[in-house]
Amino acid sequence: MTSISDATSGTAAAEEAEEAEPVWRSRGTDRRSTRTIRVYTSATLIVATVLAVLLVPPAVQLDQQAIDLSAKLLPPSWEHPFGTDDVGRDLLLRCVHGLRVSLLVGVAAALAATVIGTAVGACAGALGGWVDRGVMRLVDTFSSVPHLLLGIFIIAMFRPGVWPVVISVALTHWLSTARIVRAEILSLRSRPYIDAAVSGGASRWRVTVRHLLPGVLPQAALAAVLMIPHAMWHESALSFLGLGLPTHTASLGTLVQSARGSLLAGQWWPTLFPGLFIIVPTLAIAGLAGAWRERLNPRRRSELML
Amino acid sequence: MTSLPWGAMARLAGRRALFAVPVLFAVTFGVFAVAAASPFDPVKAYGGTAALGADQATLDRLRENLGADEPFAVRWWDWLTRAVAGDLGDSSVMRQPVAEVIGERLVWSTLLCAVAFAVAVLVGTLAGVLAARRPGSWFDRTVTSLAYSLEAAPVFWVALLAIWLFALQWDVLPAGGLTETASEQVSAGQVLSHVVLPAGVLAVSQLPWFILYVRQGVGDALAEDPVRGARARGLSERTVLLGHALRSGLLPVLTLVGSRVPELITGALLVESVFSWPGIAAATVEAATSVDFPLLAALTTLATVAVLAGNLLADLLYGLSDPRVKLSEL
Repeated sequence: MTSISDATSGTAAAEEAEEAEPVWRSRGTDRRSTRTIRVYTSATLIVATVLAVLLVPPAVQLDQQAIDLSAKLLPPSWEHPFGTDDVGRDLLLRCVHGLRVSLLVGVAAALAATVIGTAVGACAGALGGWVDRGVMRLVDTFSSVPHLLLGIFIIAMFRPGVWPVVISVALTHWLSTARIVRAEILSLRSRPYIDAAVSGGASRWRVTVRHLLPGVLPQAALAAVLMIPHAMWHESALSFLGLGLPTHTASLGTLVQSARGSLLAGQWWPTLFPGLFIIVPTLAIAGLAGAWRERLNPRRRSELML
Repeated sequence: MTSLPWGAMARLAGRRALFAVPVLFAVTFGVFAVAAASPFDPVKAYGGTAALGADQATLDRLRENLGADEPFAVRWWDWLTRAVAGDLGDSSVMRQPVAEVIGERLVWSTLLCAVAFAVAVLVGTLAGVLAARRPGSWFDRTVTSLAYSLEAAPVFWVALLAIWLFALQWDVLPAGGLTETASEQVSAGQVLSHVVLPAGVLAVSQLPWFILYVRQGVGDALAEDPVRGARARGLSERTVLLGHALRSGLLPVLTLVGSRVPELITGALLVESVFSWPGIAAATVEAATSVDFPLLAALTTLATVAVLAGNLLADLLYGLSDPRVKLSEL
């Protein structure tokens, strides 16, 4: 955990401090080695998660919905590592299936949000003038409504389901990407190679698509990856409130939601494990993305990213 | 600070209020546009189960009375002019006027959020300073890893585990609600014991952000020249840390406090529903589950107002705490 935690706040600040290291400041372990460990740990966790999610459901021929009332609410054991729920379903299997659904929803929503954000940000940055002002005003207006509340409103109007969840998460998450892409494009526009392209007779469209957008893609891709945990978080929050996926579909949010009854009866395991399945991928993605961001732009001061 | 620049502050607030008008117009318009695009039917929502057996003529009359046939822009304008006069319509799920629902519940939400925010600021500052004092120490490592894990943990999950631990295992705090189920009266002592757990969980959900920012701010300040100068003059560690590093390190954090309102509202939405806290956030979730459009529209607008007010607060704090910034330029 320590290795991941240093991912964002520690590194760039530490590097800045490295030149003017005050004598009184003691330091723990070597930063460089912890950073390597952090990246490998995060990468291993992500690979493990993706493999588990992709391979386990088709490979293991077990029915996650298999009910066994004689084995209901069993605490964790060798046979059921995460225990069983209130109708005797194996929670490990349910959690893996739930992670699969949550991850799919998260990736789809993050991709959609990135496409919207990149398109809007590129339009604003490349066209400038009143388009830019209007679009940025729109972004400001959108950010004045809390994301989860906007998501709740959209779902309430369109009724819960997989697609409304994806759409509501995408519609509330493109703002930051649009801001990042616009800022990048504005800074790229003043580069000499853009002047060269313009004086070479390239059209505005060609300059934007061939010269500006490729320069923005790494930042947009990073934003997309960082958005996956956010999107998963939103999906689980909506599902938990009963405004997300239908209860019979195992997602991390619906698992916690349906565990509420047994929690109040004192059984903690149906609640604990789905939550851990949200935390671990989030930290792994943050750890890896932190290292990636450092690569992209080592001089920029690190920000907190979750 | 002897006297505050009240004039400049008022002018900034006035400018922000002018800016807020178009934003609120746009947000409410958007709310009505989304409702118009959705399969939501105001007549069915108004009639509820009674509308199922009603004959067509009654339904048509109801439709006409509700103005549901008008284009949504007209209905939006109607709603807006009435809302300015204080009439926000009737909530079908609460069975009372929307303004009354908000009036009754706003107090409890404010109480919850204020307690949680105060706890988060105090504990966050303390932990952040202690962690920044010795970067890389076991305390720093424990605090930062805990902060990152908590930031990644869903609030509702933390809330449920807190109920399990404090209400079920140890039986020291009530599991939810505002008062004991048996009691009719709302007494201060009962509210106090019931607010501890939800406010604690909400504070924990806001805490990681504070800890990490204070740690970074104070850590950066500790490496700067004024602090080195203070140490060279032989000032005590305490004076250096609290008088020099914390003061300059806390500045950026303070200014971001107001911009945390959306996260606070998000946290309150989840915490209030888990703990059955009778606030407006829990009412929002209920309104959404039963598609109570008048209540939902009013609460979305209210949340937007809160966010805009938070932004204003952030700017005011920024202008007041940093003498290099002029309020008139914000």
